[in-house]
Amino acid sequence: MAELEMELVGAPAARRANPRAARIARRAWSATWPKLAAAAIGLGLWQLVVSLGFWPDYLLPGPGAVVARLAADGGRSDFYLALGITLQRAAGDYAAALAIGSLLGVAVAASRLLRRAVGSMITGLQSMPTIAWFPLAILLFGLSERAILFVVVLGAAPSVANGLISGIDQVPPLLLRAARVIGARGPSLYRHVVLPAALPAFVGGLKQGWAFAWRSLMAGELLVNVVGHPSLGVRLQFARELADAEGLLAAMIVLLLIGMVVDGVFGVVERRIRAQWGLAG
Amino acid sequence: MAVALASVSKHFGHGADEVLALNRVTLSIQPGEFVCLVGASGSGKSTLLNLLAGLDRPSEGSLDTGGAHTTLMFQEPALFPWLTAAGNVELPLTLRGMPKAERRREVARLLELVRLTEFGGRHPHELSGGMRQRVALARALAQAAEVLLMDEPFGALDAITRDLLHDELERIWRERGLSVLFVTHNAREAVRLGDRVLVFSSRPGRVAAEFPVDLPRPRRIESPELAVLAARIYDRLRLEADLDG
Repeated sequence: MAELEMELVGAPAARRANPRAARIARRAWSATWPKLAAAAIGLGLWQLVVSLGFWPDYLLPGPGAVVARLAADGGRSDFYLALGITLQRAAGDYAAALAIGSLLGVAVAASRLLRRAVGSMITGLQSMPTIAWFPLAILLFGLSERAILFVVVLGAAPSVANGLISGIDQVPPLLLRAARVIGARGPSLYRHVVLPAALPAFVGGLKQGWAFAWRSLMAGELLVNVVGHPSLGVRLQFARELADAEGLLAAMIVLLLIGMVVDGVFGVVERRIRAQWGLAG
Repeated sequence: MAVALASVSKHFGHGADEVLALNRVTLSIQPGEFVCLVGASGSGKSTLLNLLAGLDRPSEGSLDTGGAHTTLMFQEPALFPWLTAAGNVELPLTLRGMPKAERRREVARLLELVRLTEFGGRHPHELSGGMRQRVALARALAQAAEVLLMDEPFGALDAITRDLLHDELERIWRERGLSVLFVTHNAREAVRLGDRVLVFSSRPGRVAAEFPVDLPRPRRIESPELAVLAARIYDRLRLEADLDG
């Protein structure tokens, strides 16, 4: 009897679930296939260049050999150690850049004097190639984690700050009036109205900041080999020194994949916020 | 007296660029009174409301709200898009420091008052124009203000929605015993809602005429008696515009 009831209750639910599952599958497929096609075309071009024979195999191996190497690396603990160190640096240093950039952004947006003093400098810093900071960083901090942190923060914090500043500048004046009417002043105005209103632009700044942080980190890992900290950058460098082209390309593919995954996460967050704010069309 | 203005002037800018927005405006609103202010665009009506809402200060004259709290509603709902309808209504309560449990009860009460109980979880972009303006009204009422200032609040709505909101506003005004200053450029709307209608002249803004509305409530915006008075107010407005032009 109980089973029968379960069936009766379960049947329509299952019927409802099926089209839904089909819809999700269809949407996933329509999002995935262009990427797969693009990857296939990229691999095809790569293979074509290899087949034309401009370089010998040991300098430019084909995708097949590199993918096999990637699979082999994926079974080794030293690969995960390097991956872990790089990701840990990426997360920690980016978090520091985020904190510093946010504080700087709020301060500059709130103070006219500070804006006049350092507003254009922040934009200037943003366009400065971060790799140019490394000689100074190595002089100041030696071949250490702190040298990498220093450069990643200098690379990423200006973007984060600029995103926040433009977000705060673009808060519609009508919302600010409404906020003042309902009694939001000073810190509560920022906490409840200005910062939430600035969030979409801020996330744009975070995304750009991440791109700068990731580039700075790679430059740092190539230049600053901290003893006992084998990172993905160090693997790249060693692969070049040992003329291990397969290992080099395998590491580069890992870097590319990490970049794509993080970008995908930012994309999801941005879409969510835009949908909630009613900005999506 | 809920609100009293005596010879209030307001100018912007300095020297040769100085613009007189309000010229010696004197008006008062009794507790529980519904006063409508009609005038052409750019006649300083919004400046007047900003002064009353405490967003700006008069250049001259005295402004007395007798300690009563004022709140202001705009033509646009000006809702916070990242908050739900309930969140928008709750924010003024949070800013007043009301404890959470009490806030939840008050939000439910206010949403019920504007008949949006089922829509508390929606975001502004998921609501119709009329619903958004009702959320804005609930948010304004959440400030426990005795004086409600409204700056053409239904100007952007279609006629049917506006008609329904007139009924709602009238009911809430009565239930809450509010004093209302309602700015509009629509004389019919003014006669539909107001106990008194003030005609505002432009450049500089001042009160040019006053029309008491003795029609019994509830009124209908399409009733002939209402149209007669509205026509007289329109004539007065046209006279002001001619003088101005």
